[in-house]
Amino acid sequence: MITKRIIPCLDVRNGRVVKGVNFSGVQDVEDPVAMAAFYNESGADELVFYDITASFEGRALFNDVLTEVAKQIFIPLTVGGAINSVADFDRVLKCGADKVSVNTGAVRNPSLITEAAKRYGNQCVVLSMDVKRVDGKYTIFAKGGRENTGIDALEWARQGEDRGAGELVVNSIDTDGVKRGFDTELLEEIGRRVSVPIIASGGAGSKEDFLKLFKTLPKVDAGLAASIFHFKEINIRDLKNYLRSNGVEVRL
Amino acid sequence: MIAIIDYGVGNLFSLSSSLNYLGLSNAVTSEKNVILAADRIILPGVGAFADAYAKLEATGLISLIKEEAAAGKPLLGICLGMQMLFDKSFEYGVHAGLGFIRGEVCPIAEDLTEPLKVPHIGWNSLHFVKDSPLFKYNKEGDYVYYVHSYYGKNCAESVIATSLYGIEITGAVACGNVFGTQFHPEKSGEAGLRILKAFSEV
Repeated sequence: MITKRIIPCLDVRNGRVVKGVNFSGVQDVEDPVAMAAFYNESGADELVFYDITASFEGRALFNDVLTEVAKQIFIPLTVGGAINSVADFDRVLKCGADKVSVNTGAVRNPSLITEAAKRYGNQCVVLSMDVKRVDGKYTIFAKGGRENTGIDALEWARQGEDRGAGELVVNSIDTDGVKRGFDTELLEEIGRRVSVPIIASGGAGSKEDFLKLFKTLPKVDAGLAASIFHFKEINIRDLKNYLRSNGVEVRL
Repeated sequence: MIAIIDYGVGNLFSLSSSLNYLGLSNAVTSEKNVILAADRIILPGVGAFADAYAKLEATGLISLIKEEAAAGKPLLGICLGMQMLFDKSFEYGVHAGLGFIRGEVCPIAEDLTEPLKVPHIGWNSLHFVKDSPLFKYNKEGDYVYYVHSYYGKNCAESVIATSLYGIEITGAVACGNVFGTQFHPEKSGEAGLRILKAFSEV
């Protein structure tokens, strides 16, 4: 049986893992390579590395970190952040990424999804979308949640699939960092409109939140979180044992 | 030494890294001499069948791979590399494959009887259909990582493992010294490393 996936996300800046609450107030957590090894041991199904570096030096460091992780960890690695061109896809794939997640780069230039899917296959292209309610409408935000693009999120999800994205990461800015559960309302709306795998992100605070996510939304394939895993508030193996004992298929 | 055939498709970094991690010498190569000198061959692959097969053909290595496998050199196809071992594929038209495995590659979507997503992406458990040296270090129910929209069909005589995704998906095949896995052992954690280690010993 196919299993639901649990995915820790590591935001990396200048070679270190950081995590913000509502995208601000970032604080340093730990070393990415050590954390990747820890997550691999504790049963993570996949790792997401998000490059939030702004400088050229930081980018080079990120590439080194990624290469080092890819040498030691043999589960799927997804890389996102600062992916604006097919050349960026090429750069991170050469460092050992398996999938590449596009966000602002795809908002600026939607054909990036199409081009990358054509070159590397749909399975390689993950469309990551930051969504926030504005006047009661789900709206796409760019630049790490700082810029309202005015794009309708539900329409963007469908367009992303049509253009060749193989998976969608749906990150709710409204629930991110709040730890009161995933944005099931938003996820359900997106689930109705696309048929590619959906990775839910933003808002996980407890094991119960993951159970509710998978039980109420069968179309969601994976749950992604950062701080609750980094700060060891939830151990991935405990979480998976809990999910399995409650009837959710997971890899143990 | 294991030769990983480089014909311009896919991410060979993680495959090579997993072999390095296991202490198995390997080379990512399209050089005839290196492939001749190797004691095992891995044929990787991602993307569309016709495109990948054309690229493999363009390297001029097909006859060499066929000769080496016919002479008994162990060959492992991974993902699309496994599909290319088959007689033919129905991915966007009909295309001939390498012909090591009797059977054909068909779209999963057409055979599904329940509304499941395609591609089949994620971790799925293995069910062993036959004993195979490829799985000597694995146990029934081990999870492996899949990403694919097409699957091997009408190949009952060669199937050694399956996974359930609404229907039985061909997970791995074997015919003499030729092996194939639809899933990615190099992305399947500990279970996958065990399979690669076993391949280095067949």
